[in-house]
Amino acid sequence: MSNPQQLRYSKEHEWLSATEDGVATVGITEFAANALGDVVYAQLPAVGDTVTAGESCGELESTKSVSDLFAPVTGEVVEANQDVVDDPSLVNSAPFEGGWLFKVKITDEPEDLMSADEYTAFAG
Amino acid sequence: MTTAPRRTALDALHRALGATMTDFAGWDMPLRYGSERDEHVAVRTRAGLFDLSHMGEITLTGAQAGQALDHALVGNISALAVGRARYTMICREDGGILDDLIVYRLADEEYMVVANASNAQVVLDALTERAAGFDAVVRDDRENYALIAVQGPASPAILKSVTDADLDGLKYYAGLPGTVAGVPALIARTGYTGEDGFELFVAPGDAEKLWQALTEAGADAGLVPCGLSCRDTLRLEAGMPLYGHELTTATTPFDAGLGRVVKFDKEGDFVGREALAAAAERAESAPPRKLVGLIATGRRVPRAGFSVVAGGEVVGEVTSGAPSPTLGKPIAIAYVDAAHAAPGTEGVSVDIRGTHEPYEVVALPFYKRAR
Repeated sequence: MSNPQQLRYSKEHEWLSATEDGVATVGITEFAANALGDVVYAQLPAVGDTVTAGESCGELESTKSVSDLFAPVTGEVVEANQDVVDDPSLVNSAPFEGGWLFKVKITDEPEDLMSADEYTAFAG
Repeated sequence: MTTAPRRTALDALHRALGATMTDFAGWDMPLRYGSERDEHVAVRTRAGLFDLSHMGEITLTGAQAGQALDHALVGNISALAVGRARYTMICREDGGILDDLIVYRLADEEYMVVANASNAQVVLDALTERAAGFDAVVRDDRENYALIAVQGPASPAILKSVTDADLDGLKYYAGLPGTVAGVPALIARTGYTGEDGFELFVAPGDAEKLWQALTEAGADAGLVPCGLSCRDTLRLEAGMPLYGHELTTATTPFDAGLGRVVKFDKEGDFVGREALAAAAERAESAPPRKLVGLIATGRRVPRAGFSVVAGGEVVGEVTSGAPSPTLGKPIAIAYVDAAHAAPGTEGVSVDIRGTHEPYEVVALPFYKRAR
């Protein structure tokens, strides 16, 4: 698998797109999606919610387990991906594209976000 | 001390297929090859191929092998015809379940007991102890077998294409020695998926050849390799218990609704008889709790250990739960107080991380194949 160069990555295996007007898109990486297995339920943060970097802001449920969804940055949620709520398998089939999870207006971001190459080395 | 997980004879093949592996009962086993949902659907509609070499085979031979098993297990094993198999259990003196088993009668004086991987040593030790005093020899055959299962509606046709054995004459819960793809095998019509299917016990050195032959034979029918993840959802839909979940040393066969496996009318005494008779009586007159099915109205998935609640009170506990690919909803098996165990009981929920999610109480199984 390859991790897109234009994204940045958290240690909890979320990706963060480049920002436009301070808003970035968040999803989980293909590595994370593969580790979860088939995602069957996604509980995403609601529009207007404030999420905090490194803290849980939702959950992803797969056949075998449930995992917290961690916010890679701090900010206000401006959109949640209803397509993923309706069809959680998008997280598996297109984790970097149609399987994105939410968009956030960033107020603060941690310093340890990784580049694609750093994340690839981190995820092994 | 930790020990590295054991690898089956098919380990290299699993890795070449890109399987996600998992530690299961001390074995490194395929969890899934691709999507576990796709694997599940393949078994329900076409066919799936499983490596089950972690299962523990124990052979009993001798003039009193059958009597030894009658004494050691709860079933009437000596009454089995040669070539037939039986689902049974081994219990403690207090009636608690040590394991659930399938016993095959291979010959007049030869039986093969198949135990769960996690319990194989316990079963071997118990059988060795309980067979003492009988004219019977207990043999640890775990290293001598690989086990490959082909399960699903297309499995008879697939297997037929690589064996001359009389599969039409092989009934459910029967087994016969034969040759499959040029490999000597014990061919059993058993499984843990709720579908028609076969389990093939072969020498570990023959396992790769058999796996490859079945893969090729099943290609046109849509057979896919399947991991333990879909095996769990398949057995859950079929309402089949899993040791460590529905069955434990703290439960008797009667608690689990499987009292029918206990045969009080067999000859001779057997380990656990007295306690099991009391458990049977209790289950009849005042069952403390019952094993039921639960179907979600929402989408959050119940997991083992979650509380079942009604009217603000805890009335039971989930023993297994998963999203059901066939029903398209989360399902669970749970032990529930008798007062809330009737199908259709109103107001039953599962506490899913603090939220009470409404569930429908149903009779097991969730899925039964058309015959």
